[in-house]
Amino acid sequence: MAASEIPTASEAARQRAAEFLLHRHHFIWPEALPWLLAIAAFFVFPDRMTIGTQVLIMIMFALSLDLILGYAGIITLGHAAFFGIGAYTVGLGLARLGWSEPISGLIAAGLVAAFAGMIAGWFLLRYRGLTLLMLTIATAAMLQEAGNIRSDFSGGYDGLPGLTFDPLLGLFQYDLYSHTNYIYVLVVLAVVFYFVRRIVYSPFGQALTGIRENVRRMHAIGSPVHRRLVTVYAISAGIAGVAGALFTQTNAYVTLTVFDFDTSAKVMVMLILGGTGRLYGPFLGAAVYMLLEDKLSKMSPTFWQFGIGLMLVLAVLFARRGLLGLADTVWRKLARRGAP
Amino acid sequence: MPHLLTIAVSILFDGLAYAMFLFITSVGLSVTMGLMNFVNLAHGAFAMAGGYVVVSLTHSLGIGFVPSLAIASVLVGIASVPFERGLYRRLYKATDLEQVLLTIGLAFMAIATFTFFYGPIPKSVPLPGWLQGDVNLGFRSFPSYRAFLIVLGVVLITILWYGFERTNIGAKIRAAVDNRRMAESVGINVDRLFTLTFALGSGLAALGGGLAIQLFGLTPYFAVLYLVLFLIVVAVGGLGSLKGTLLAALVIGIVDTGGKYMFPQAGNFLIYAITAIVLLFKPAGFYGRE
Repeated sequence: MAASEIPTASEAARQRAAEFLLHRHHFIWPEALPWLLAIAAFFVFPDRMTIGTQVLIMIMFALSLDLILGYAGIITLGHAAFFGIGAYTVGLGLARLGWSEPISGLIAAGLVAAFAGMIAGWFLLRYRGLTLLMLTIATAAMLQEAGNIRSDFSGGYDGLPGLTFDPLLGLFQYDLYSHTNYIYVLVVLAVVFYFVRRIVYSPFGQALTGIRENVRRMHAIGSPVHRRLVTVYAISAGIAGVAGALFTQTNAYVTLTVFDFDTSAKVMVMLILGGTGRLYGPFLGAAVYMLLEDKLSKMSPTFWQFGIGLMLVLAVLFARRGLLGLADTVWRKLARRGAP
Repeated sequence: MPHLLTIAVSILFDGLAYAMFLFITSVGLSVTMGLMNFVNLAHGAFAMAGGYVVVSLTHSLGIGFVPSLAIASVLVGIASVPFERGLYRRLYKATDLEQVLLTIGLAFMAIATFTFFYGPIPKSVPLPGWLQGDVNLGFRSFPSYRAFLIVLGVVLITILWYGFERTNIGAKIRAAVDNRRMAESVGINVDRLFTLTFALGSGLAALGGGLAIQLFGLTPYFAVLYLVLFLIVVAVGGLGSLKGTLLAALVIGIVDTGGKYMFPQAGNFLIYAITAIVLLFKPAGFYGRE
């Protein structure tokens, strides 16, 4: 059918769709808000930067999960595996090889974790549902057990303490209040975020959403589904590895608990809380979760745990798209009411 | 050589007892997952609840251990029905992710609730005289409690096998696991069937939880600590298969016990390695359907 046979009414619709596709990846001003808040926090709460740094690291970790879970629809309860691999790459690199330069260590951690993600993904991503879930749990658990078997090398559950890295770029010393760390992590997060944003709006990102929504149709139109999934899994693992490396560098220690089931479950809760399949879901989710945890878990760990559970149940029943999704809905309702 | 044989017999015996615990606790999960394809991560919470009911009954009311086990499984079985009717059924058609989140949320809430009432310190349970000490089987003696576990396991397997393979309800369950839509169109009320098996499975889990107190001690974290183990048994065995669950429980139980005897430093590595290998070659488990 020639293009000229398409009725003109749909020509306009096509134009609108094309317009939308061309412009939707453009930066819009509300996107500056989380970054401005992060910078403002640095000046308003200079003495709370230790927790602030951890929030940023968890945002990055949740962002990596969002890429595979929110966009590609891969359910995993073992993402801590890659966080841990990154954390131990820089930890062991310093403790055993004396590799104390932080930025090259960070890049190495990302590459090692991405490579591990590629291998694991190539094996695991043929499976779905419970099988996939169990295999991801087993991956993280096996790494943890392996680390424990060779605890003479890995430091085991006592960890690798007292890791002192070189000053950043040879210029910035680490201070007691984590000011250097905060800026360091914020800059890395910005770089990673830019990268993720590009991926999400690329044709590759579109294909991932297609796989999430209808994998059969993607097979039918000839999309290389397995290769795409392995690719995004490796990218996500790499980002998780960078987050893990930052965790080790900013805390100056690392133990095998990074591979805990709890770590994987926690990051998933953060993502769900903020909203999956959205670029800023991880920001809101991780920040709200970490700040609440900081306050509430000190008051009563039991109630905090009950609260997380209740939050998950309510999120599934009433707010499947997370806090940002909820905000979206409310915003639309208000806008409709406001309109004549 | 006799020394090796002694070790082998011990491993087999302890492994068998452990396998029976795994089977009793996981079988309900396997059948409910096979029926509705529902990922239930709160199954461990029902087992944990059963354990605490047994603790309360024996300590506070002075009821014997064995009657307490029976009462606990009935109570938890009944108590699980509102959860299924009120919460689970809303999500039968939902994605795996939503099921995972709902049930993990429930497990967290259960852990917090039981920590609040019973505290985080491990609980024990008073055993009757005949379950303490050893029982002599002629050629050597074994711990009575583990022997009891094995006997109970065999009895339950026989009952379940009979119920599953030889009764009308069992046939309906098998039909619904095989092909749910077909079963519904020939007039089987799969919904009600599911409630029934869910209650039964939760009751059996509670029984397993009660039995586990003597083996591992009971803390609220039982709900997630052993959950992964139950899920492994279900996934390795194949959803909805009695045979598969039994085989998987035996393999995991005996290998894990053997591994802990011979390479104590390896911890749970062997279990996860086996799980990974089996699932890589047979993604649907031993007797699962692709």
